[in-house]
Parts: sequence; C-alpha cells; structure tokens
Amino acid sequence: MRGATRDAGVARRAGIDWLYDPYWRGVVFQLALVIVLLAIGYEIVANVAANLKKQNVASGFDFLGRTSGFDISQKLISYENTSSFGRAFWVGLLNTLLVAGIGIVLATVLGFVIGLGRLSPNWLIARLSLAYVEIVRNVPLLLQLLFWYFAALRSLPMPLDSHEIGAGAYINRRGLYLPAAVEGVARETLLVAALAGIALALCLLVIARRQRLEHGETFDAGRYGLAIVFLLPLAAYFWQGAPLVFDYPRLGRYNVEGGLVILPELAALLTGLVVYTAAFIAEIVRAGIVGVPRGQREAAAALGLSRGQALRLVVVPQAMRIIVPPLTNQYLNLTKNSSLAVAIGYPDLVSVFSGTVLNLSNQAVEVILITMAVYLALSLSTSLVMNALNARLAPAGR
Amino acid sequence: MAALLAVAPDTSFAQQKTLDLVKERRTLNCGVNTGLAGFGQPNDKGEWTGLDVDLCRGIAAAIFKDASRVKFVPLTAKERFTALQSGEVDLLSRNTTWTMSRDTALGLSFTGVMYYDGQSFMVKRSLGAKSVRDLAGASICVQTGTTNELNLADYFRSNGLTYYPVVFEKNDEAVAAYNTGRCDAYTTDSSGLFSERLKLGPWEEHVIFEDRISKEPLGPAVRQGDAQWASIVRWTLFAMLNAEELGVTSANADEMLGSMRPEVRRLLGQEGSFGKGLGLEDDWAYLIIKAVGNYGESFDRNLGAGSRIGIKRGLNALWKDGGLHFAPPIR
Repeated sequence: MRGATRDAGVARRAGIDWLYDPYWRGVVFQLALVIVLLAIGYEIVANVAANLKKQNVASGFDFLGRTSGFDISQKLISYENTSSFGRAFWVGLLNTLLVAGIGIVLATVLGFVIGLGRLSPNWLIARLSLAYVEIVRNVPLLLQLLFWYFAALRSLPMPLDSHEIGAGAYINRRGLYLPAAVEGVARETLLVAALAGIALALCLLVIARRQRLEHGETFDAGRYGLAIVFLLPLAAYFWQGAPLVFDYPRLGRYNVEGGLVILPELAALLTGLVVYTAAFIAEIVRAGIVGVPRGQREAAAALGLSRGQALRLVVVPQAMRIIVPPLTNQYLNLTKNSSLAVAIGYPDLVSVFSGTVLNLSNQAVEVILITMAVYLALSLSTSLVMNALNARLAPAGR
Repeated sequence: MAALLAVAPDTSFAQQKTLDLVKERRTLNCGVNTGLAGFGQPNDKGEWTGLDVDLCRGIAAAIFKDASRVKFVPLTAKERFTALQSGEVDLLSRNTTWTMSRDTALGLSFTGVMYYDGQSFMVKRSLGAKSVRDLAGASICVQTGTTNELNLADYFRSNGLTYYPVVFEKNDEAVAAYNTGRCDAYTTDSSGLFSERLKLGPWEEHVIFEDRISKEPLGPAVRQGDAQWASIVRWTLFAMLNAEELGVTSANADEMLGSMRPEVRRLLGQEGSFGKGLGLEDDWAYLIIKAVGNYGESFDRNLGAGSRIGIKRGLNALWKDGGLHFAPPIR
C-alpha cells in the first residue's frame, strides 16, 4: 500500500519534471513559435491574395511571360523590346551581378592598398590614406554617386567633340568607346586556352607548395602561374593566325557609333561603390593587421624575413582571420548598395525589374517578392562563400 | 515590403464608402505629382498649385465647403498606383495617362480626361533636329514606369530607327541628365516638356517638337467598387467644364445665383436636387467654382496665358471652340 503511493508520487513528480526539463521545454516552446510564425505568414499571404482579388487587381506570376515593350541601355544577354518581362529580369540581374562582381574585386584591392597605406611609416602616405577614409566614409553614398555621375560627366567633352584617347578609343559624355573584337576569332579556342591556363597555374601552385613543404625548396609559382594564364590564350590566338578583327568606333550623326561602349552610368556607379566601400575595407584591413600581436612581426624579423615578407607571410595570413567576417559584411553592403543605381539611370535589377517591370505589369507584390528573394539569395551565397573561406583560414587545432 | 504591407492590413476600405471615410477623417488625401509645374507643384510659399491640384481642392470644397481640407501626397510614377490601391490616397490626380490595362487590371477606374496630351521630344536648338525622325541614333532620356518609355520603344521599333534609352526614376534626374548632355533628347508628354523647359537655364535654347508620337489622355483615377466616389470625382471635372461653357466663373458665381438660365440654375443648385445623387449638398458645383474657378480659369492660371508656361488651349479647348472637352449636361 505504502509502496503504491510512493510510485504514484514518483510518477506525478516525473510529470512535473517533464514540464521543467529544459530539453522538452525548449522543444515545446520552439514548436509553438514555429506554428505561430507559420500561421502569421499564412494569414499575410491569404489576406493579400483576398484583398487583391476583392479590389480586382491582377495577381499571379503569368506576367513574366508577357512582352515587355521597353528597351534597356545595357544588356549582357540579347534583349529586345519584344522580349518578355522574365528576360528583362535576367538582364537586370546580370547587370547587378556585373557591378557587384567588379565592384567587390576593385574595392578589395583599393581597400587593402589604403588600409596598408594607413599603417605606412611614410607620414604623407599615412595622412593621405587617413584623409581618404575620413572624407569618403562620412559622405552619403547617394551623394557620391550623383557627384560621380553629374559632376564628373560635365568635365568630359560633348559627343561631337569626342576625345580620342588612342588605339581607336574615344571618350565623351555618352561613355567610353573601345574597339570591339568581332567575329573572326574562334572564341571557344580562346576560352579553352584560358581555362587550360588557369588549370595549369593551379597545378603549378599545388606542386610548388608540396616542394616547399617536403623539400624546403622555394619556387615563385604565383608569378609563373600568372604568366601561363595570360600567355596560353595569347599563344592560341597567334596559333590561329591572329584572326582578330576589330570594330572601331567612328563619329556618327550625334555620337560615336560602333565599338564596345562602357556607359557612364556603369562607370559612375562602379566608381562610387568602389571608392565608398574601399574606405570601410581599409579600416577593416588596418584593424586586422593591428590586431596581430607585435611579437609575430618581431619573430619574423628575427628569422631574417624582410618587412615585405613578414607582412605577406606572417602578418597578413593571421590578420585575415580578423578581416574576413567584417569584410563579408562590406561585400553584402556593396551588393545591396548597387540598387542605388536607380538614381543615376544604370539598369540594375531594382531599376529594370522592381522599377519598370513593376510599373508596366503593376504587380507590385509579386515583383517586390521576387526582388527581395534575389537579394536574399545573393547575400546568402556571398556569406556562404566567405564563411567557407573563413573556415579554411581558421587555425587548425586552436 | 512597403507595397506588401500596404496592401495587406487594410481590409476595411473596400466595404466602407470613400466619401464617409473622407468625411470622418475631415481631410481628402489626394495623390499628386512630386513636382510638375502646371499640374502639381508647391509654389514658393509652399502651397500646392496646378490643374491636378485644383481638382483635389474642388472636391474638398464640394465635400467640406473648405478647399483647404486636402492633404497632398506627392507620388512618383512608380508609387502612384500602389498608393491608390492600398488606400493611402482617396484619388490620384497626377497627370496619369488613361490606358486600358490601368483601367481594367489594376483595380482602378479613370473618371475622365483632365488634359488631352501627346508625347513629344525636347532637344537643344544647336542640335538642329526638327522632328522625331531626325533622332535616329540619338540617346534619349526618359522617366521609368511611364507610358512614355513604352511609346518611345514602340515608335522607334515600328519606324525601324535605332536609339539609346537612358532611364531614370525621377523626372528631375532625367532632365538633369539631358541638360548635362548625357542625352540628345528628353521625352515626356508635351505639357511636361513645356513645364520642365522652364527649369533649364535659358529655355530658348531648347526646342520642343510639334509632332506627337502618342495619345496621352491624362485624368484622375479612383479605386474600383465605389461608384458614388467615382461620380463625385467625375462630376467635379464636369462641373468645372460646364461652368466654363456657361460663363460661370469664380468671380461672377454669386451674381450668377440670380441667373434665369435653367442650365446655370441647375449647375449652381438653384433648381433641382443634383447634389443628393452624389451624397453632397445641392450647392456642390457652386462651391467648386467659388474655390477653384471653372476649367478655363484653372487652365489659364496654371498652364495657359496667366502662367509662366504659356501653353495654348489646343485640344484642351471646349468642344465649341474646336477642342475636345465635351462635358455631359447637368440635368
């Protein structure tokens, strides 16, 4: 009898314990939260759909197949005003990727140069770098873009007085006109040669690394690799008998015609984004380098490494661990900031898709959702790559 | 996100009549241009002026007997329809072209034509171009999300001409780019060209082409599903047009109350009970005319001889003067 009572007590106690068990509590509360969030999400979607229907507003994603009817100034893939809205989306997306891709590379290079400049023992270089960072960082990006676009544009000649800058290239307020390579050259062969060059260079790097680790022999694989990457396509080109035919820009009725055009919108946007982001990257680089203990540098000097070698082989690899996470942030910022393109007429995703297409299709909800999803995907994939890089840089076994 | 949220929460307005909502709020929310001289622009005292603005004031006068009870919401071309759909504004009076898709697939209704316009081009005089056909190979600045962007593409494609579009979100940026020489030409509705030209230093240096490449009937729009509200907006314009036709002006409206002409008596609410059908007082049209004048007065003040823009009436004259404005009678 007594035993039975105690058993019941234990059972009851166990029931209460279950409530107080941190594990089960966590599961229950998180499950409840997920259900609530899903319910809210469903309610929003259902409400929007119901309201749109009630107001007799067209909805759905059929509009992506409709004829766009408008033109785009810069397109990396073929596009006419008879193409679809879906095609316009890709044109805009590629334009965004172009600016973001080139911008990230250039901003990184400029940022590292300025960041190292701030730490330079040379008084003038250090002060100039400081001035650059402080001025650029503290002026809103939009103003800088408008400055590069409108102010810098004014200093260029009018189209009919185009300035010839040599090698058949012209520059004026409508852009930079370069001679364009037209058909006649087998692009596939060049592409294959370029890819082969990159593969060879990578092999060389791996072999050199193994040689260094196993036999202690140093070999400047980077320099030779770079040479291979450039020389191989060049060799392929001459092997074909140098068949390149150029389409040279020439003066037309209103403007220079023909050739390859780099639009001032692209140039202004790139300049603005690179200059602005580089200022932040410079500070990140400086912080990363300062964050490496002084002893490391002294130890490198004691081993007989030169200043440059110490920086390249000892300091920067360690600084990278500090630099990469905030650098990722800057890359994401640059990509997102590229949407300011709309102010200076560069046809990026926001301008083409959530601007013109939104207006013409008038399906604001769908267009904005797609645009947000694209930026989310871009940001997440950038983060993914940078996190992988960060994981690689992390010191083993620390 | 803004668009999404804007559409999402407001389930009430579809059921509630816009007129009741406006009366309850004690202000009319009117979507206007962010700044287009003659149609919707704040003057140097910060007061909104323009033909489109006068329509809003007229409606406020008819509802509240007070033309100042309007909150003007400046909208870009891109924002305008979403703002109306979501209930942020009660009507859109923003030099908006009446097209079939906008009238049917957006949940909106256009209530009439405020201004008959057509798309044209402005170039620098020094360029020597005389008509649109001279613009083959030219760079052309245009505002995004407008019918202008589409007409431009249509026209050059159907005529087999090449051109280079440079597209901006705001009018000001497009005009600034044209002025810096980024484009050979700037295109928008003809009226817009006249008004933008005023902003360009010595405006005589710019030529506006005579030829038009499109029909642009500009008019006010409301949400679908509220016939009474659409009628109020529609008849405010008709009242202004009828008043001009009958010679009733803001100056002589009081005097005209004593007129013996039946059309005038019906317009001014001395005979019949026409306001009731709109949910307004019978002196609704009198209030509109007292506040903003008839169509001709508003046109002259904002766009015509009495303004800096100086556009001729042309298509926008009354039918009896060779124009297109032909308002249904009040009876």
